[in-house]
Amino acid sequence: MWSMVQNAWYGLSLGSVLLLAAIGLAITFGVMGVINMAHGEMVMLGAYTTFVVQEVIRTNYPALFDYSLLIAVPLAFLVAGFIGVLIERTIIRFLYGRPLETLLATWGLSLVLQQAVRTAFGPTNREVGNPSWMSGAFELGQITITYNRLWILCFTLAVFAILLAMLRYTALGLEMRAVTQNRRMAASMGIATSRVDALTFGLGSGIAGIAGVALSQIDNVSPNLGQSYIIDSFMVVVFGGVGNLWGTLVGAFTLGIANKFLEPVAGAVLGKIAILVLIILFIQKRPRGLFALKGRAVEA
Amino acid sequence: MLKVDNINLYYGAAQALRGVSLTAEPGKVTCVLGRNGVGKTSLLRAMVGQYPIASGAINFDGKDITALRPYERARRGIGFVPQGREIFPLLTVEENLKTGFGPLKREDRNIPDDVFSLFPVLQTMLGRRGGDLSGGQQQQLAIGRALVMRPKLLLLDEPTEGIQPSIIKDIGRAISYLRNLGNIAIVLVEQYLDFACELGDSFAVMDRGAVKYACDRASLDPAEISRQMAL
Repeated sequence: MWSMVQNAWYGLSLGSVLLLAAIGLAITFGVMGVINMAHGEMVMLGAYTTFVVQEVIRTNYPALFDYSLLIAVPLAFLVAGFIGVLIERTIIRFLYGRPLETLLATWGLSLVLQQAVRTAFGPTNREVGNPSWMSGAFELGQITITYNRLWILCFTLAVFAILLAMLRYTALGLEMRAVTQNRRMAASMGIATSRVDALTFGLGSGIAGIAGVALSQIDNVSPNLGQSYIIDSFMVVVFGGVGNLWGTLVGAFTLGIANKFLEPVAGAVLGKIAILVLIILFIQKRPRGLFALKGRAVEA
Repeated sequence: MLKVDNINLYYGAAQALRGVSLTAEPGKVTCVLGRNGVGKTSLLRAMVGQYPIASGAINFDGKDITALRPYERARRGIGFVPQGREIFPLLTVEENLKTGFGPLKREDRNIPDDVFSLFPVLQTMLGRRGGDLSGGQQQQLAIGRALVMRPKLLLLDEPTEGIQPSIIKDIGRAISYLRNLGNIAIVLVEQYLDFACELGDSFAVMDRGAVKYACDRASLDPAEISRQMAL
Protein backbone atom coordinates (compact mmCIF):
# COMPACT_ATOMS: atom_id res chain seq x y z
CA MET A 1 0.00 0.00 0.00
CA TRP A 2 2.62 2.56 1.06
CA SER A 3 4.88 1.54 -1.80
CA MET A 4 2.03 2.43 -4.15
CA VAL A 5 1.75 5.85 -2.57
CA GLN A 6 5.49 6.26 -2.79
CA ASN A 7 5.38 5.36 -6.49
CA ALA A 8 2.54 7.79 -7.05
CA TRP A 9 4.54 10.55 -5.37
CA TYR A 10 7.60 9.76 -7.50
CA GLY A 11 5.32 9.79 -10.53
CA LEU A 12 3.87 13.19 -9.61
CA SER A 13 7.36 14.51 -9.10
CA LEU A 14 8.59 13.19 -12.44
CA GLY A 15 5.39 14.50 -14.04
CA SER A 16 6.02 17.98 -12.67
CA VAL A 17 9.53 17.95 -14.09
CA LEU A 18 8.23 16.76 -17.46
CA LEU A 19 5.52 19.39 -17.40
CA LEU A 20 7.97 22.15 -16.61
CA ALA A 21 10.25 21.09 -19.45
CA ALA A 22 7.38 20.54 -21.90
CA ILE A 23 5.23 23.58 -21.19
CA GLY A 24 7.45 25.97 -23.11
CA LEU A 25 7.50 23.51 -25.95
CA ALA A 26 3.71 23.31 -25.85
CA ILE A 27 3.76 27.01 -26.72
CA THR A 28 6.35 27.03 -29.49
CA PHE A 29 5.37 23.67 -30.97
CA GLY A 30 1.69 23.67 -30.01
CA VAL A 31 0.89 27.28 -30.72
CA MET A 32 3.32 28.19 -33.48
CA GLY A 33 3.88 24.74 -35.00
CA VAL A 34 7.63 25.19 -34.85
CA ILE A 35 9.65 22.08 -34.02
CA ASN A 36 12.38 23.56 -31.87
CA MET A 37 15.10 21.00 -31.23
CA ALA A 38 17.05 23.65 -29.32
CA HIS A 39 14.35 23.82 -26.64
CA GLY A 40 16.37 21.62 -24.30
CA GLU A 41 19.28 24.02 -24.61
CA MET A 42 17.07 26.83 -23.34
CA VAL A 43 16.51 24.68 -20.25
CA MET A 44 20.26 24.20 -20.03
CA LEU A 45 20.87 27.96 -20.29
CA GLY A 46 18.43 28.50 -17.43
CA ALA A 47 20.36 26.03 -15.30
CA TYR A 48 23.66 27.77 -16.08
CA THR A 49 22.09 31.11 -15.25
CA THR A 50 21.31 29.66 -11.83
CA PHE A 51 24.92 28.53 -11.53
CA VAL A 52 26.25 31.99 -12.38
CA VAL A 53 23.85 33.68 -9.97
CA GLN A 54 24.94 31.35 -7.18
CA GLU A 55 28.62 31.92 -7.95
CA VAL A 56 28.19 35.67 -7.76
CA ILE A 57 26.23 35.40 -4.53
CA ARG A 58 28.71 32.96 -2.98
CA THR A 59 31.67 35.24 -3.57
CA ASN A 60 30.04 38.58 -2.87
CA TYR A 61 26.92 38.23 -0.73
CA PRO A 62 26.99 34.82 0.99
CA ALA A 63 24.13 35.86 3.26
CA LEU A 64 21.77 36.02 0.29
CA PHE A 65 22.34 32.40 -0.75
CA ASP A 66 18.87 31.29 0.35
CA TYR A 67 17.38 33.78 -2.09
CA SER A 68 19.58 32.74 -5.01
CA LEU A 69 16.80 30.84 -6.76
CA LEU A 70 14.36 33.72 -6.41
CA ILE A 71 16.90 35.90 -8.20
CA ALA A 72 17.70 33.21 -10.75
CA VAL A 73 14.10 32.63 -11.89
CA PRO A 74 13.47 36.05 -13.47
CA LEU A 75 17.04 36.21 -14.77
CA ALA A 76 16.80 32.77 -16.38
CA PHE A 77 13.50 33.81 -17.97
CA LEU A 78 15.13 36.93 -19.42
CA VAL A 79 18.30 35.19 -20.62
CA ALA A 80 16.55 32.26 -22.29
CA GLY A 81 13.72 34.48 -23.53
CA PHE A 82 16.14 36.95 -25.06
CA ILE A 83 18.05 34.19 -26.82
CA GLY A 84 14.75 32.72 -27.96
CA VAL A 85 13.70 36.03 -29.54
CA LEU A 86 17.12 36.28 -31.15
CA ILE A 87 16.80 32.78 -32.64
CA GLU A 88 13.31 33.54 -33.94
CA ARG A 89 14.37 36.83 -35.52
CA THR A 90 17.55 35.53 -37.13
CA ILE A 91 16.68 31.95 -38.11
CA ILE A 92 13.21 30.59 -37.55
CA ARG A 93 11.18 33.36 -39.12
CA PHE A 94 12.76 32.54 -42.47
CA LEU A 95 11.69 28.93 -42.13
CA TYR A 96 7.97 29.13 -41.32
CA GLY A 97 6.04 26.45 -43.16
CA ARG A 98 9.17 24.38 -43.72
CA PRO A 99 9.23 21.92 -40.81
CA LEU A 100 12.15 19.82 -42.04
CA GLU A 101 14.48 22.78 -42.44
CA THR A 102 13.34 24.14 -39.06
CA LEU A 103 14.10 20.81 -37.44
CA LEU A 104 17.58 20.64 -38.93
CA ALA A 105 18.41 24.28 -38.27
CA THR A 106 17.32 24.16 -34.62
CA TRP A 107 19.12 20.86 -34.12
CA GLY A 108 22.31 22.42 -35.44
CA LEU A 109 21.66 25.37 -33.19
CA SER A 110 21.33 23.09 -30.18
CA LEU A 111 24.81 21.69 -30.93
CA VAL A 112 26.21 25.21 -31.26
CA LEU A 113 24.70 26.25 -27.93
CA GLN A 114 25.98 23.13 -26.20
CA GLN A 115 29.48 23.72 -27.50
CA ALA A 116 29.35 27.41 -26.59
CA VAL A 117 28.48 26.53 -23.00
CA ARG A 118 31.09 23.76 -22.97
CA THR A 119 33.71 26.29 -24.07
CA ALA A 120 32.61 28.93 -21.61
CA PHE A 121 32.02 26.77 -18.51
CA GLY A 122 33.92 23.56 -19.24
CA PRO A 123 32.57 20.11 -20.03
CA THR A 124 32.21 18.91 -16.44
CA ASN A 125 29.17 19.21 -14.19
CA ARG A 126 28.95 22.49 -12.35
CA GLU A 127 27.76 22.53 -8.80
CA VAL A 128 24.49 24.23 -8.03
CA GLY A 129 23.55 24.20 -4.38
CA ASN A 130 20.18 23.78 -2.70
CA PRO A 131 19.10 26.70 -0.54
CA SER A 132 18.27 25.62 3.00
CA TRP A 133 14.50 25.69 2.44
CA MET A 134 14.90 23.21 -0.39
CA SER A 135 17.13 20.70 1.40
CA GLY A 136 16.03 17.86 3.60
CA ALA A 137 12.93 15.76 3.70
CA PHE A 138 9.99 14.88 5.89
CA GLU A 139 8.09 11.67 6.54
CA LEU A 140 4.47 11.25 5.65
CA GLY A 141 3.27 7.87 6.92
CA GLN A 142 5.83 5.50 5.53
CA ILE A 143 6.94 7.61 2.59
CA THR A 144 9.67 10.18 2.42
CA ILE A 145 9.06 13.48 0.68
CA THR A 146 12.03 15.66 -0.11
CA TYR A 147 11.50 19.40 0.03
CA ASN A 148 13.14 20.10 -3.31
CA ARG A 149 10.72 17.76 -5.14
CA LEU A 150 7.77 19.25 -3.30
CA TRP A 151 8.82 22.81 -4.12
CA ILE A 152 9.33 21.90 -7.77
CA LEU A 153 5.82 20.45 -7.94
CA CYS A 154 4.35 23.63 -6.45
CA PHE A 155 6.52 25.81 -8.66
CA THR A 156 5.44 23.92 -11.79
CA LEU A 157 1.77 24.31 -10.96
CA ALA A 158 2.30 28.01 -10.30
CA VAL A 159 4.07 28.50 -13.64
CA PHE A 160 1.28 26.61 -15.37
CA ALA A 161 -1.41 28.75 -13.74
CA ILE A 162 0.39 32.00 -14.54
CA LEU A 163 0.86 30.99 -18.15
CA LEU A 164 -2.77 29.99 -18.48
CA ALA A 165 -3.91 33.30 -16.99
CA MET A 166 -1.52 35.20 -19.23
CA LEU A 167 -2.91 33.55 -22.35
CA ARG A 168 -6.46 34.12 -21.20
CA TYR A 169 -6.48 37.61 -19.76
CA THR A 170 -3.74 39.68 -21.36
CA ALA A 171 -3.78 41.47 -24.70
CA LEU A 172 -0.70 39.56 -25.83
CA GLY A 173 -2.36 36.27 -24.90
CA LEU A 174 -5.39 37.15 -26.99
CA GLU A 175 -3.18 38.12 -29.92
CA MET A 176 -1.27 34.86 -29.61
CA ARG A 177 -4.45 32.81 -29.69
CA ALA A 178 -5.83 34.80 -32.62
CA VAL A 179 -2.62 34.32 -34.62
CA THR A 180 -2.68 30.59 -33.85
CA GLN A 181 -6.23 30.16 -35.05
CA ASN A 182 -6.05 32.25 -38.18
CA ARG A 183 -2.80 34.00 -38.95
CA ARG A 184 -4.03 35.75 -42.09
CA MET A 185 -7.17 37.15 -40.48
CA ALA A 186 -5.27 38.18 -37.36
CA ALA A 187 -3.00 40.30 -39.56
CA SER A 188 -6.03 41.88 -41.19
CA MET A 189 -7.29 42.83 -37.73
CA GLY A 190 -4.11 44.88 -37.29
CA ILE A 191 -2.26 42.37 -35.13
CA ALA A 192 1.47 42.62 -35.86
CA THR A 193 1.98 38.92 -36.52
CA SER A 194 5.76 39.04 -36.77
CA ARG A 195 5.95 40.71 -33.37
CA VAL A 196 3.60 38.12 -31.89
CA ASP A 197 5.73 35.32 -33.35
CA ALA A 198 8.90 36.70 -31.80
CA LEU A 199 7.26 37.23 -28.41
CA THR A 200 5.63 33.80 -28.43
CA PHE A 201 8.94 32.17 -29.14
CA GLY A 202 10.58 34.29 -26.48
CA LEU A 203 7.90 33.30 -23.97
CA GLY A 204 8.30 29.58 -24.71
CA SER A 205 12.06 29.86 -24.41
CA GLY A 206 11.85 31.93 -21.25
CA ILE A 207 9.68 29.29 -19.60
CA ALA A 208 12.22 26.68 -20.63
CA GLY A 209 14.82 28.84 -18.87
CA ILE A 210 12.69 28.83 -15.70
CA ALA A 211 12.48 25.04 -15.99
CA GLY A 212 16.27 25.04 -16.04
CA VAL A 213 16.35 26.79 -12.65
CA ALA A 214 14.18 24.06 -11.14
CA LEU A 215 16.06 21.23 -12.84
CA SER A 216 19.40 22.56 -11.59
CA GLN A 217 18.18 21.51 -8.13
CA ILE A 218 17.70 17.84 -8.95
CA ASP A 219 19.86 17.15 -12.00
CA ASN A 220 23.48 17.59 -13.07
CA VAL A 221 24.15 21.00 -14.56
CA SER A 222 26.16 20.08 -17.63
CA PRO A 223 26.06 21.12 -21.29
CA ASN A 224 24.03 17.96 -22.01
CA LEU A 225 21.29 18.76 -19.51
CA GLY A 226 18.77 19.76 -22.17
CA GLN A 227 19.19 16.68 -24.31
CA SER A 228 17.81 14.35 -21.68
CA TYR A 229 14.52 16.26 -21.65
CA ILE A 230 13.83 17.15 -25.25
CA ILE A 231 12.46 13.75 -26.34
CA ASP A 232 10.28 13.38 -23.27
CA SER A 233 8.99 16.92 -23.76
CA PHE A 234 7.92 16.25 -27.32
CA MET A 235 6.29 13.02 -26.17
CA VAL A 236 4.29 14.88 -23.55
CA VAL A 237 3.12 17.56 -25.99
CA VAL A 238 2.09 15.11 -28.70
CA PHE A 239 0.43 12.75 -26.22
CA GLY A 240 -1.50 15.55 -24.56
CA GLY A 241 -2.75 17.01 -27.82
CA VAL A 242 -0.99 19.74 -29.73
CA GLY A 243 -2.09 23.26 -28.97
CA ASN A 244 -3.75 22.42 -25.68
CA LEU A 245 -2.07 23.38 -22.41
CA TRP A 246 -4.41 21.28 -20.28
CA GLY A 247 -3.53 18.31 -22.46
CA THR A 248 0.14 18.98 -21.73
CA LEU A 249 -0.61 19.00 -17.99
CA VAL A 250 -2.51 15.71 -18.03
CA GLY A 251 -0.03 14.19 -20.49
CA ALA A 252 2.95 15.05 -18.30
CA PHE A 253 1.46 13.63 -15.12
CA THR A 254 0.12 10.53 -16.89
CA LEU A 255 3.52 9.75 -18.38
CA GLY A 256 5.30 10.52 -15.11
CA ILE A 257 3.07 8.24 -13.04
CA ALA A 258 2.97 5.47 -15.65
CA ASN A 259 6.76 5.56 -15.79
CA LYS A 260 7.18 5.22 -12.05
CA PHE A 261 4.68 2.39 -11.75
CA LEU A 262 6.28 0.44 -14.60
CA GLU A 263 9.82 0.93 -13.32
CA PRO A 264 9.68 -1.46 -10.33
CA VAL A 265 7.97 -4.13 -12.45
CA ALA A 266 9.84 -3.84 -15.74
CA GLY A 267 13.02 -1.98 -14.86
CA ALA A 268 13.89 1.56 -15.85
CA VAL A 269 14.93 0.94 -19.45
CA LEU A 270 12.22 -1.56 -20.33
CA GLY A 271 9.68 0.72 -18.66
CA LYS A 272 10.69 3.62 -20.91
CA ILE A 273 10.46 1.41 -23.99
CA ALA A 274 7.03 0.19 -22.95
CA ILE A 275 5.84 3.79 -22.53
CA LEU A 276 7.20 4.74 -25.94
CA VAL A 277 5.46 1.79 -27.61
CA LEU A 278 2.21 2.59 -25.81
CA ILE A 279 2.37 6.20 -26.98
CA ILE A 280 3.03 5.15 -30.57
CA LEU A 281 0.00 2.84 -30.45
CA PHE A 282 -2.08 5.56 -28.82
CA ILE A 283 -1.16 8.08 -31.50
CA GLN A 284 -2.18 5.58 -34.18
CA LYS A 285 -5.59 5.42 -32.58
CA ARG A 286 -5.90 9.13 -31.76
CA PRO A 287 -3.54 11.14 -33.96
CA ARG A 288 -4.58 14.41 -32.36
CA GLY A 289 -3.64 13.30 -28.86
CA LEU A 290 -5.49 12.97 -25.61
CA PHE A 291 -7.43 16.21 -25.75
CA ALA A 292 -8.23 16.74 -29.38
CA LEU A 293 -10.52 19.72 -29.76
CA LYS A 294 -14.03 18.81 -30.77
CA GLY A 295 -17.21 20.43 -31.99
CA ARG A 296 -18.46 22.95 -34.47
CA ALA A 297 -15.78 25.45 -33.49
CA VAL A 298 -12.98 23.23 -34.79
CA GLU A 299 -14.49 22.66 -38.20
CA ALA A 300 -15.19 26.36 -38.72
CA MET B 1 -9.69 58.02 -49.92
CA LEU B 2 -8.94 54.71 -51.66
CA LYS B 3 -7.55 54.65 -55.14
CA VAL B 4 -6.62 51.37 -56.77
CA ASP B 5 -4.68 52.13 -59.91
CA ASN B 6 -4.22 49.66 -62.72
CA ILE B 7 -3.19 46.66 -60.63
CA ASN B 8 -2.18 43.26 -61.97
CA LEU B 9 -2.10 40.09 -59.90
CA TYR B 10 -0.85 36.63 -60.80
CA TYR B 11 -1.24 33.23 -59.18
CA GLY B 12 1.80 31.56 -60.68
CA ALA B 13 1.20 31.71 -64.41
CA ALA B 14 -2.52 32.50 -64.15
CA GLN B 15 -3.42 36.19 -64.21
CA ALA B 16 -6.19 36.92 -61.70
CA LEU B 17 -6.41 40.72 -62.07
CA ARG B 18 -5.80 42.62 -65.30
CA GLY B 19 -5.30 46.33 -64.94
CA VAL B 20 -8.05 46.87 -62.37
CA SER B 21 -8.74 50.40 -61.16
CA LEU B 22 -11.27 51.33 -58.50
CA THR B 23 -11.96 54.22 -56.15
CA ALA B 24 -13.89 54.50 -52.91
CA GLU B 25 -14.98 57.67 -51.12
CA PRO B 26 -16.11 58.30 -47.53
CA GLY B 27 -19.86 58.09 -47.15
CA LYS B 28 -20.20 56.11 -50.38
CA VAL B 29 -20.68 52.44 -51.12
CA THR B 30 -18.69 51.12 -54.06
CA CYS B 31 -20.09 47.83 -55.32
CA VAL B 32 -18.01 45.27 -57.16
CA LEU B 33 -20.16 42.75 -58.97
CA GLY B 34 -19.52 39.67 -61.05
CA ARG B 35 -19.89 35.93 -61.27
CA ASN B 36 -17.72 33.38 -59.44
CA GLY B 37 -14.06 33.37 -60.35
CA VAL B 38 -13.86 36.75 -62.07
CA GLY B 39 -11.43 38.19 -59.51
CA LYS B 40 -13.64 40.02 -56.99
CA THR B 41 -12.13 38.33 -53.96
CA SER B 42 -8.63 38.57 -55.42
CA LEU B 43 -9.16 42.30 -55.74
CA LEU B 44 -10.14 42.66 -52.08
CA ARG B 45 -7.32 40.44 -50.89
CA ALA B 46 -4.88 42.51 -52.94
CA MET B 47 -6.25 45.66 -51.29
CA VAL B 48 -5.72 44.30 -47.76
CA GLY B 49 -2.29 43.02 -48.73
CA GLN B 50 -2.80 39.28 -48.48
CA TYR B 51 -1.73 38.78 -52.09
CA PRO B 52 1.22 40.76 -53.48
CA ILE B 53 0.41 42.57 -56.71
CA ALA B 54 2.74 42.43 -59.70
CA SER B 55 2.24 46.00 -60.85
CA GLY B 56 0.04 49.03 -60.26
CA ALA B 57 -0.47 51.07 -57.12
CA ILE B 58 -2.85 51.23 -54.19
CA ASN B 59 -3.30 54.63 -52.55
CA PHE B 60 -5.10 55.06 -49.28
CA ASP B 61 -5.66 58.25 -47.35
CA GLY B 62 -3.22 60.11 -49.60
CA LYS B 63 -0.39 57.60 -49.13
CA ASP B 64 0.93 54.78 -51.27
CA ILE B 65 0.31 51.58 -49.32
CA THR B 66 1.26 49.13 -52.09
CA ALA B 67 4.33 47.86 -50.25
CA LEU B 68 2.81 47.72 -46.76
CA ARG B 69 2.16 44.44 -45.00
CA PRO B 70 -1.41 43.42 -44.15
CA TYR B 71 -1.27 44.43 -40.48
CA GLU B 72 0.21 47.81 -41.36
CA ARG B 73 -2.67 48.45 -43.74
CA ALA B 74 -5.15 47.38 -41.07
CA ARG B 75 -3.52 49.75 -38.62
CA ARG B 76 -4.05 52.62 -41.04
CA GLY B 77 -7.77 51.98 -40.98
CA ILE B 78 -8.67 49.27 -43.47
CA GLY B 79 -11.27 46.92 -41.99
CA PHE B 80 -11.85 43.63 -43.75
CA VAL B 81 -14.84 41.29 -43.63
CA PRO B 82 -13.65 38.31 -45.67
CA GLN B 83 -15.63 35.77 -47.61
CA GLY B 84 -16.36 32.82 -45.34
CA ARG B 85 -16.19 35.28 -42.40
CA GLU B 86 -13.01 33.81 -40.86
CA ILE B 87 -14.16 34.15 -37.28
CA PHE B 88 -11.56 32.94 -34.76
CA PRO B 89 -13.39 29.72 -33.88
CA LEU B 90 -12.01 29.10 -30.39
CA LEU B 91 -12.19 32.69 -29.17
CA THR B 92 -15.39 33.89 -27.56
CA VAL B 93 -17.51 36.48 -29.32
CA GLU B 94 -16.14 39.13 -26.97
CA GLU B 95 -12.55 38.07 -27.63
CA ASN B 96 -13.18 38.06 -31.37
CA LEU B 97 -14.31 41.67 -31.09
CA LYS B 98 -11.29 42.53 -28.95
CA THR B 99 -8.86 41.32 -31.61
CA GLY B 100 -9.57 44.66 -33.27
CA PHE B 101 -7.97 46.59 -30.38
CA GLY B 102 -4.46 46.31 -31.83
CA PRO B 103 -4.51 49.47 -33.97
CA LEU B 104 -6.25 51.58 -31.31
CA LYS B 105 -4.84 53.94 -28.74
CA ARG B 106 -5.15 52.69 -25.18
CA GLU B 107 -8.02 55.03 -24.30
CA ASP B 108 -10.02 53.93 -27.36
CA ARG B 109 -9.83 50.25 -26.53
CA ASN B 110 -13.51 49.54 -26.08
CA ILE B 111 -16.21 48.01 -28.20
CA PRO B 112 -18.23 50.84 -29.78
CA ASP B 113 -21.94 50.93 -28.92
CA ASP B 114 -22.75 50.87 -32.63
CA VAL B 115 -21.71 47.24 -32.82
CA PHE B 116 -24.37 46.15 -30.35
CA SER B 117 -27.06 48.50 -31.59
CA LEU B 118 -26.56 47.24 -35.14
CA PHE B 119 -26.25 43.59 -34.11
CA PRO B 120 -28.03 43.09 -30.77
CA VAL B 121 -27.58 39.32 -31.03
CA LEU B 122 -23.85 39.74 -30.35
CA GLN B 123 -24.58 41.31 -26.99
CA THR B 124 -26.43 38.20 -25.85
CA MET B 125 -23.67 35.85 -27.01
CA LEU B 126 -20.52 37.52 -25.70
CA GLY B 127 -19.37 34.42 -23.84
CA ARG B 128 -19.97 31.91 -26.64
CA ARG B 129 -17.19 30.58 -28.81
CA GLY B 130 -17.16 32.21 -32.23
CA GLY B 131 -17.04 28.85 -33.96
CA ASP B 132 -20.25 27.73 -32.27
CA LEU B 133 -22.31 30.55 -33.80
CA SER B 134 -24.55 30.07 -36.81
CA GLY B 135 -23.46 31.40 -40.19
CA GLY B 136 -25.62 34.51 -39.95
CA GLN B 137 -24.40 35.30 -36.44
CA GLN B 138 -20.82 34.81 -37.57
CA GLN B 139 -21.36 37.25 -40.41
CA GLN B 140 -22.68 39.86 -37.99
CA LEU B 141 -19.73 39.18 -35.72
CA ALA B 142 -17.29 39.58 -38.62
CA ILE B 143 -18.73 43.00 -39.46
CA GLY B 144 -18.82 44.00 -35.80
CA ARG B 145 -15.23 42.90 -35.39
CA ALA B 146 -14.11 45.07 -38.28
CA LEU B 147 -15.99 48.05 -36.79
CA VAL B 148 -14.09 47.73 -33.50
CA MET B 149 -10.99 48.86 -35.41
CA ARG B 150 -12.80 52.17 -36.23
CA PRO B 151 -12.00 51.69 -39.92
CA LYS B 152 -11.89 54.50 -42.46
CA LEU B 153 -12.37 51.95 -45.20
CA LEU B 154 -14.53 48.86 -44.83
CA LEU B 155 -14.15 46.02 -47.31
CA LEU B 156 -16.98 43.47 -47.36
CA ASP B 157 -16.68 40.27 -49.36
CA GLU B 158 -20.11 38.76 -50.14
CA PRO B 159 -21.66 39.43 -46.73
CA THR B 160 -24.97 37.90 -47.87
CA GLU B 161 -23.57 34.58 -49.02
CA GLY B 162 -25.54 31.74 -47.46
CA ILE B 163 -27.39 33.99 -45.02
CA GLN B 164 -31.13 33.92 -44.26
CA PRO B 165 -33.20 36.88 -45.59
CA SER B 166 -33.98 38.48 -42.22
CA ILE B 167 -30.29 38.73 -41.36
CA ILE B 168 -29.50 40.00 -44.85
CA LYS B 169 -31.90 42.84 -44.03
CA ASP B 170 -30.03 43.56 -40.79
CA ILE B 171 -26.74 43.59 -42.65
CA GLY B 172 -28.14 45.92 -45.31
CA ARG B 173 -29.42 48.24 -42.60
CA ALA B 174 -26.00 48.21 -40.97
CA ILE B 175 -24.24 49.07 -44.21
CA SER B 176 -26.51 51.99 -44.96
CA TYR B 177 -26.15 53.22 -41.37
CA LEU B 178 -22.36 53.16 -41.75
CA ARG B 179 -22.55 54.94 -45.08
CA ASN B 180 -24.74 57.65 -43.61
CA LEU B 181 -22.15 58.29 -40.90
CA GLY B 182 -20.25 59.84 -43.79
CA ASN B 183 -16.72 59.10 -42.64
CA ILE B 184 -16.34 55.48 -43.76
CA ALA B 185 -15.69 54.43 -47.32
CA ILE B 186 -17.26 51.06 -48.10
CA VAL B 187 -16.38 48.58 -50.81
CA LEU B 188 -19.02 45.88 -51.18
CA VAL B 189 -18.30 42.79 -53.24
CA GLU B 190 -21.52 41.00 -54.14
CA GLN B 191 -23.25 38.57 -56.43
CA TYR B 192 -26.67 39.38 -55.01
CA LEU B 193 -27.67 42.14 -57.41
CA ASP B 194 -30.80 43.47 -55.67
CA PHE B 195 -28.90 43.89 -52.41
CA ALA B 196 -26.08 45.78 -54.15
CA CYS B 197 -28.46 48.01 -56.15
CA GLU B 198 -30.27 49.02 -52.98
CA LEU B 199 -27.07 50.17 -51.25
CA GLY B 200 -24.57 51.12 -53.93
CA ASP B 201 -23.44 54.60 -54.95
CA SER B 202 -21.22 53.36 -57.74
CA PHE B 203 -20.89 50.03 -59.44
CA ALA B 204 -18.18 48.07 -61.19
CA VAL B 205 -18.84 44.77 -62.96
CA MET B 206 -15.86 42.46 -63.29
CA ASP B 207 -15.19 39.73 -65.80
CA ARG B 208 -12.06 37.62 -66.25
CA GLY B 209 -9.99 39.73 -63.92
CA ALA B 210 -10.89 43.13 -65.37
CA VAL B 211 -13.53 45.79 -64.78
CA LYS B 212 -15.65 45.71 -67.91
CA TYR B 213 -18.56 47.94 -66.99
CA ALA B 214 -18.94 50.77 -64.51
CA CYS B 215 -21.67 53.25 -63.65
CA ASP B 216 -22.86 55.36 -60.75
CA ARG B 217 -26.18 55.56 -58.97
CA ALA B 218 -27.57 58.27 -61.29
CA SER B 219 -27.12 56.15 -64.38
CA LEU B 220 -27.89 52.85 -62.65
CA ASP B 221 -29.79 50.39 -64.78
CA PRO B 222 -30.15 47.07 -62.94
CA ALA B 223 -31.18 45.29 -66.12
CA GLU B 224 -28.00 46.41 -67.84
CA ILE B 225 -25.84 45.31 -64.89
CA SER B 226 -27.61 41.99 -64.82
CA ARG B 227 -26.94 41.60 -68.53
CA GLN B 228 -23.27 42.49 -68.04
CA MET B 229 -22.94 39.99 -65.21
CA ALA B 230 -24.53 37.23 -67.23
CA LEU B 231 -22.31 37.68 -70.26
